[in-house]
Amino acid sequence: MMRLPYFRYHAPRTVAEAADLLSKGDAMIVAGGTDLLPNMKRRQQVPGTLVGLRNIAELRGISNGDPSTKLRVAPSLSRGDGLMIGAGVTLTELVRDVRLRQGYGGQAPVTGPYAGLWQAARQVATPQLRNMGTIGGNLCLDTRCNYYDQNYEWRKAIDFCMKKDGETCWVATSSPKCLAVSSTDTAPALVSLGAGVTLASATGTRHLPLADLYQNDGIHYLTRRPDEILTAVHLPRLDGWRSTYWKLRRRGAFDFPVLGVACALKLDRSGTVEAARIVLGAVASRPLESSNGAAALVGHALTDEAIAHAADAAAQPARPMDNTDYTLHWRKRVTRDFVTYALRELRGDDTRELRRRVARQELLTM
Amino acid sequence: MAATSFKTIGKPRRRVDGRAKVTGQTKFADDLMLPRMVHCKLLRSTLPHARVVRIDASRALAHPGVHLVMTGRDFPIPYGILPVSQDEHALAIDRVRFVGDPVAAVIARDELTAFDALDLIDVEYEPLRTFADPEESLTHSTPRIHDYGDAGNIHKIVSLGFGDVEQAFADADHVFEDTFFYQGSTHLPIEQHAAVAAKDPDGKLVLWSSTQTPHYVHRALAKALAIPAAHVRVIATPNGGGFGGKSDPFNHEVVIAKAAMLLDRPVKICLTREEVFYCHRGRHPVLMHFKTGVKRDGTITGLHVKTLLDGGAYGSYGVASTFYTGALQTVTYHIPTYHFQGCRVFTNKPPCGPKRGHGTPQSRFGQEIQLDKIAETLSLDPAELRLRIVERPDTLTANYLRIGTIGLAECIRRVTHAADWSSTYRKLPPGHGVGIACSSYLSGAGLPIYWNDMPHSGVQLKLDRSGGVTAFCGATEIGQGSDDVLVACVAEILGIDPIDIRAVTGDTDLTPVDLGSYSSRVTLMMGNAAIQAAERARDLLAEAVASKINVPKDRLVFAERRVFDAENPATGVAFSDAVCLAETMFGTIGTTGSYTPPRSAAKFKGGGVGPSPTYSYSAAIVEVTVEPSTGWIDVPRVWIAHDIGRALNPTLVRGQVEGSVYMALGEALMEEQTFRRLPPRLSHALVHKFPSMLEYKSPTTMDMPDVITELVEAPDPRGPFGAKEVGQGPLLPVMPAVANAVYDAIGVRIDEVPITPEKILKALDAKAAGKTPRYGPSRFPDIAWPETLQVPPPWEGGDGTAVNDQRRSVPDTRERHGASASAPGVGPRRYEKVGPRER
Ligand SMILES: Cc1cc2nc3c(=O)[nH]c(=O)nc-3n(C[C@H](O)[C@H](O)[C@H](O)COP(=O)(O)OP(=O)(O)OC[C@H]3O[C@@H](n4cnc5c(N)ncnc54)[C@H](O)[C@@H]3O)c2cc1C
Ligand code: SF4
Repeated sequence: MMRLPYFRYHAPRTVAEAADLLSKGDAMIVAGGTDLLPNMKRRQQVPGTLVGLRNIAELRGISNGDPSTKLRVAPSLSRGDGLMIGAGVTLTELVRDVRLRQGYGGQAPVTGPYAGLWQAARQVATPQLRNMGTIGGNLCLDTRCNYYDQNYEWRKAIDFCMKKDGETCWVATSSPKCLAVSSTDTAPALVSLGAGVTLASATGTRHLPLADLYQNDGIHYLTRRPDEILTAVHLPRLDGWRSTYWKLRRRGAFDFPVLGVACALKLDRSGTVEAARIVLGAVASRPLESSNGAAALVGHALTDEAIAHAADAAAQPARPMDNTDYTLHWRKRVTRDFVTYALRELRGDDTRELRRRVARQELLTM
Repeated sequence: MAATSFKTIGKPRRRVDGRAKVTGQTKFADDLMLPRMVHCKLLRSTLPHARVVRIDASRALAHPGVHLVMTGRDFPIPYGILPVSQDEHALAIDRVRFVGDPVAAVIARDELTAFDALDLIDVEYEPLRTFADPEESLTHSTPRIHDYGDAGNIHKIVSLGFGDVEQAFADADHVFEDTFFYQGSTHLPIEQHAAVAAKDPDGKLVLWSSTQTPHYVHRALAKALAIPAAHVRVIATPNGGGFGGKSDPFNHEVVIAKAAMLLDRPVKICLTREEVFYCHRGRHPVLMHFKTGVKRDGTITGLHVKTLLDGGAYGSYGVASTFYTGALQTVTYHIPTYHFQGCRVFTNKPPCGPKRGHGTPQSRFGQEIQLDKIAETLSLDPAELRLRIVERPDTLTANYLRIGTIGLAECIRRVTHAADWSSTYRKLPPGHGVGIACSSYLSGAGLPIYWNDMPHSGVQLKLDRSGGVTAFCGATEIGQGSDDVLVACVAEILGIDPIDIRAVTGDTDLTPVDLGSYSSRVTLMMGNAAIQAAERARDLLAEAVASKINVPKDRLVFAERRVFDAENPATGVAFSDAVCLAETMFGTIGTTGSYTPPRSAAKFKGGGVGPSPTYSYSAAIVEVTVEPSTGWIDVPRVWIAHDIGRALNPTLVRGQVEGSVYMALGEALMEEQTFRRLPPRLSHALVHKFPSMLEYKSPTTMDMPDVITELVEAPDPRGPFGAKEVGQGPLLPVMPAVANAVYDAIGVRIDEVPITPEKILKALDAKAAGKTPRYGPSRFPDIAWPETLQVPPPWEGGDGTAVNDQRRSVPDTRERHGASASAPGVGPRRYEKVGPRER
């Protein structure tokens, strides 16, 4: 078996205590551990200290954006009540929460505006991993690469790589930066919903749009400082919006995305797109928002033609690299198809059969 | 004995080891904890091919908690599964041959300490030219990866001719030529290999290991460590899956055995998933060429098959694997003339070996796709074509395989009926398709790995006064249900309940030899041995009871834990009383039974691979959907019919069929044991692309289609209660059926596995561009084949020997030496061609 290296473990009960422990350096946060612990077994990360979040009750709730809750976000982002999700909420808890499927009130009989997040969370890994894995951990998930997600001996055989212990990037040997892939499913969905996050540290708290948490660098993929704790995710109220998430992976469970397509739209009464966001996952070191794709939709009805334009525009900036499953040419080529699937579903097409074939399971539909 | 209907056999039952397994009480090798146990880790080569110049382990030895560090010098004696391929050392002596080849071992107080110490061992390597694919090994004969083999980096090269295929092609109405590629894949058992070794209180060696072949491990350990075999005990722990991946003696077993003897402390090793990928012994990647002559009505006139196997870095079962790529083509369909050429090369990758279907799925894939192409050209329904050419029962094939019963035609009829073939084939809307394919497999290899005339399986019974029976057999429970088969056979004959019987299996000190859980041999061979032992016990009991109750012996019935008079069932005794009566009359009651397969008709060199007491048959229909814009493929349903002879426990049989379909779909759609070379100017690396369960893609339950299983039961007199194998055969037709279904759905041929969306889209692109609508290899390389051994088929007056074999004295592992009947000095001889047998 692969064994963990030695480390010190702390299980603080408050965010303040955790922040204090992190301020001392050589420490990492562990939430569900489903990403970090395998990485530690492979010696990709070897922190001297782990700060566990599971005992911190204030990180574990989902609420309707009540301003008195401890999960406070910047007022500019909150715009009244949406949903506040504590970073320590597990993906299983998230998927079970009826507000995610049906909207904040939980009473609407139809699919709510956060359906895309539900679909994304529902397709992360496996049921067992979702029972442990948290939304905070999912957003901070390490970037992935077939040359990097290997055990120590394997990486030794390629003389390591730039991301850890080595010099060269084997994916593109002349690349000055690491091209490891952002592989979180929920981040593209949340970015498409205009989510914000709160980061807390010993020196204070800050709020920022989730999109600004990421940067396109496989090593420095987060703007989070190592001593900062992601405490909450805030979803704005999204009346009149609908959203969806389509995930490309080889199998119906287990696999990380090799492409994620998150789309959120607001339609007016006549069916014209008032606002749109299209965000791609797993095609860069960060979730990639396509404003051109969205712009191609705004002001138009969701005709086949408009969808085709938007899909072309949205797929254009995708730059898959040869470091995940499937060949990069094919991944690049089908990006367009997956954006099309998503937009057709949002239009109200019956995509259930297609979804079953692609996802190998039933997921929410409009 | 009076005839009774079966009480246990044929009834769907919970398997005897089921309770322990689902309640987590089965003790696998890694569950064993012994007092004072220490742990072993292996340092593995980071270079694909290199000379080991120097190893300095002093820093590791000084590391706190380290008990012992071993290197190749501690293991001077080579071993290997086949007598002709004794090419492995537990730790590299002076050469490493792939990334993952072990060079040193650390034994320490715990795994983490051992792991940390590995990094303190300094190894100096001198890199050698690396061979990544078979064509490189064919073109460059130096440096040689091994200093043995047929030439350069060719491990084994063979050419066998059965009749005049060139004439057969001339006589044909059509001749088809196709090239196929079958990618390598690994077994992926859930349980990683694990083993514990200890010196027992008498100073003898005990090894518990998740092995499928304790008898062969026993022999290998005795040899490699130079310990008398009588002082070595190998206990096969229940395997958490094997599929052929635990059939070789492994370096980690040899290493911990020696360490335990040196330290006089139990030593454990549990491999990581990566290390299991390095043990490998999985499916050989095979490039193959099929040339088939057919008459207008579909009758085959001749077949010429060429195969090129990428063997990886060691011999393993490779010689047998090579022959297997050419052995079973003749067993399904009547092929009057046959020419087989096979070549296995060494490369710097983990060694390939036997994986479920051993060497036969690759060529089955080619043959069944080519038949689909033939059917289309001849405007025949592919199911109808196959029905026309099915081989006949009780036949000796062109390559001297003796076939017993054949349920293949019935399989085809059952599966086409279940799938409503006639209203779906070529009739579904675009993007939807169905495909059919067939296959056959051995029910046990007819010859052992090492030459001997002894039984292949032995069973010993001990009958207790309580009425309890203990059945001892060397067979290994690898999840396939062999313990259940053993118990069921004994229970049926003695008329007691399976729960009354304890199975003691896979322990070289306690149990009689069974050669192991490979080649689908256990049910047939162990089952026959168990029946013989049980019948002998029954005879003893019957004699004692007959004299006690004054009923003629042959009127006695053994059923429901009683022995009674068939004509007057109230008259009889309890089974336990019957044992007491017999013990009173004869003394302690114990019996044995054993099984030796019939002699093979094939006497030519290479004829040792392929013979079997009987063959199983399968037919499968696969339904697919394909998205034309992405190539995305989905398999919603599989229908499969299997000729099982008789289902001893239908629950287990269905489990094996469904498991085979599962594994087959993995190979058909996604599994790839592939390697990555870094830019040579920067690195020597040649590494397994993704030795992990996450990135080596194998289907999950979510990807599993509905499977509709039909069991065809026509008892074969050679099998126990008529049973044939089921562990491997049902895998074989699925991959080509998928390929044929893709063609039906979307009109493109994918002539290789895995059949991925990328390849489908490339073929669709080719089709759109007006090119051949196909994805697959374009050519088979020129290989300098040796002179063909000419063996006239039975209908040309042949006797199973080659007419031109002068080198017959060269020993081959799996063959009988005494069989060189061809006269020495007789050169290639012309023989009369009689023409295909009339049908
Ligand atoms: C086999 C397998 C398959 C997987 N498949 C998928 C998949 O399909 N899609 C997917 O998105 N993920 C997948 N994952 C990754 C992982 O399981 C999920 O992303 C999960 O949500 C991670 O959450 P966690 O709480 O376990 O994170 P952890 O492992 O605890 O942490 C992950 C990282 O985030 C940091 N972190 C955690 N919480 C916080 C916080 N509150 N503030 C700041 N930093 C924090 C940690 O320091 C660490 O660097 C898979 C993992 C495995 C092992
Ligand atoms: S993208 Fe390059 S540097 Fe980054 S992990 Fe992969 S190989 Fe290493």
